[in-house]
Amino acid sequence: MYLNRKSSYGTVYAIESLEVVLIAAAFDQDVSLAFIDDGVFQIVNGQNTDGIGMKNFSKTFHALGDYDINKLYVSKESLDERGLNEDDIMPLVYEDEDDDWAEKPSVKVVSNAELSLIMSEQDVCLSF
Amino acid sequence: MKFSIQINEGPYQHQASDTAYQFAKAAIEKGHEIFRVFFYHDGVNNASNFTVPPQDDRNVVKLWAELKQSDGSDIDKVVCVAAALRRGMLDESEAGKNSIEGHNIHPSFRISGLGQLIEAGIQSDRLVVFGD
Repeated sequence: MYLNRKSSYGTVYAIESLEVVLIAAAFDQDVSLAFIDDGVFQIVNGQNTDGIGMKNFSKTFHALGDYDINKLYVSKESLDERGLNEDDIMPLVYEDEDDDWAEKPSVKVVSNAELSLIMSEQDVCLSF
Repeated sequence: MKFSIQINEGPYQHQASDTAYQFAKAAIEKGHEIFRVFFYHDGVNNASNFTVPPQDDRNVVKLWAELKQSDGSDIDKVVCVAAALRRGMLDESEAGKNSIEGHNIHPSFRISGLGQLIEAGIQSDRLVVFGD
């Protein structure tokens, strides 16, 4: 599991965390991502970096589904604290090969308690 | 147990590298194996051959360079190539490839890819991350 706690452009952790995720996909691992605290900003929809001269890497999240990365957990409490809700999140999807390639959402909003449980089930948890 | 360690911050600015070192040392003293120490983000700066810290305080780079396994063998200390390049940490090979004069990675560390981090997570019993 790749745990993201910081927002996209204020520090380097978000982009470099995504770089690890993409490499992990190549290693055929069971990958999931979690977004808590300011990390929830990473998958907010409608990012535009024209004003800050930095590469808008949010588009890369759309490609995760093609690499079989379809478990993205977002903390409900973190969203609430920041005045965000499910509608603010990017509509990330994957195609379920076991269900006639039906398009399904990759993002699941969960409570911190649920997320704790999911984390305890992981073999490895990398925190950024 | 086999431990791997990930260090996400540079020396002195954050305590991460110091804490990771103390943890590694304690694990070694208890007879555990350090499978790999992987330096990511600003952690790559822990491999600088050019640090000159004040004499009356610890030398972080030197501490890592001199740390050995319980049987005296070397510890695999890997610096992420992508993170290193963007922060100006180069070994002789990368400097040559990019036509840059000079290189600054301490010889006790090696540059490699993120695959080494993924492998460390797979092969070790525990991967412990030290960051901010």
